[in-house]
Amino acid sequence: MTRVAVVRFPGSNCDFDTLRAAERHGAEAYFVWHRDVDLKGADVVILPGGFSYGDYLRSGAIARFSPVMQAVKQHAAAGGPVLGICNGFQILCEAHLLPGALLRNAGLTFVSKPVDVTVERTDTVFTCDYEADARLRLPVAHGEGRYVAPVETLRSLESEGRVVLRYVAATERSPFQSNPNGSANHIAGICNAEGNVVGIMPHPERAADRLLGLTGGSGFFTSLMAWSQEHSTLGATTR
Amino acid sequence: MTFRVHVRVMPRDGLLDPQGQAVEHALTALGFEEAGAVRVGRAIELDVSADSRDQAEARARQMCDKLLANPVTEDYLLQIEEEQ
Repeated sequence: MTRVAVVRFPGSNCDFDTLRAAERHGAEAYFVWHRDVDLKGADVVILPGGFSYGDYLRSGAIARFSPVMQAVKQHAAAGGPVLGICNGFQILCEAHLLPGALLRNAGLTFVSKPVDVTVERTDTVFTCDYEADARLRLPVAHGEGRYVAPVETLRSLESEGRVVLRYVAATERSPFQSNPNGSANHIAGICNAEGNVVGIMPHPERAADRLLGLTGGSGFFTSLMAWSQEHSTLGATTR
Repeated sequence: MTFRVHVRVMPRDGLLDPQGQAVEHALTALGFEEAGAVRVGRAIELDVSADSRDQAEARARQMCDKLLANPVTEDYLLQIEEEQ
């Protein structure tokens, strides 16, 4: 059974959606509180969206010091998969598990709408079930989603293929504005050098059930299930 | 000794500051056409107990580097006063 820990901070508000999406795809999902110091045997950790600690100081700045983040760092350092969605992505940047930062949207307004993105990296735990360059329609809902990083960092993200999701340029076929927040290189999601830590601004958990209209986010959960299946088979053969 | 530390955190030069731009537009709309290059940052004040001003400053710098400012996007300035 794939154990998925969904970390709740005071102010998380996508925690139930994320838990439910993981469950619906066959995972054994459970909550971990921000004061917890262990992840209770998690295979995969997800930091959900929301407004942890009221976004005080900067989005994700306080959550980074939560006791549970030590455990998340250890999990990541050992190669364990970590997905940060929206506020989770902001926390991963503040915690230096991912490079760069997420700043106030260029248009200053909170943006809540579907956007089109391309999956540029399909060998991560969270995207391995997508076809290369798959185009997805996923909701975004954020006030601070403008990804920025030093020029050298952007260059290495691009040359190392670490852009996981990118906003698609507006076309006639896509009525949605391409880059909703002014992020550098139209970046919607990135991963670390090892590929096990992924941060994305769009919300796959809100687009993973036909009842909710969009289903393009389902692949994030089928991917982690597929990875986990393969992982446990490999584990079994080496034991 | 107690020192009052004033921290001024500003968006790094060269980074787009949409808040500053919006405030500048509003000032222009109000007739303050002489206003320009507006940038919006954050001010934080705190007391620091230390044996000397240098020690207070060194600790305050650590606080800024670790939490109060984001080194990727922000610069900070410190002003330190000894409290009576």
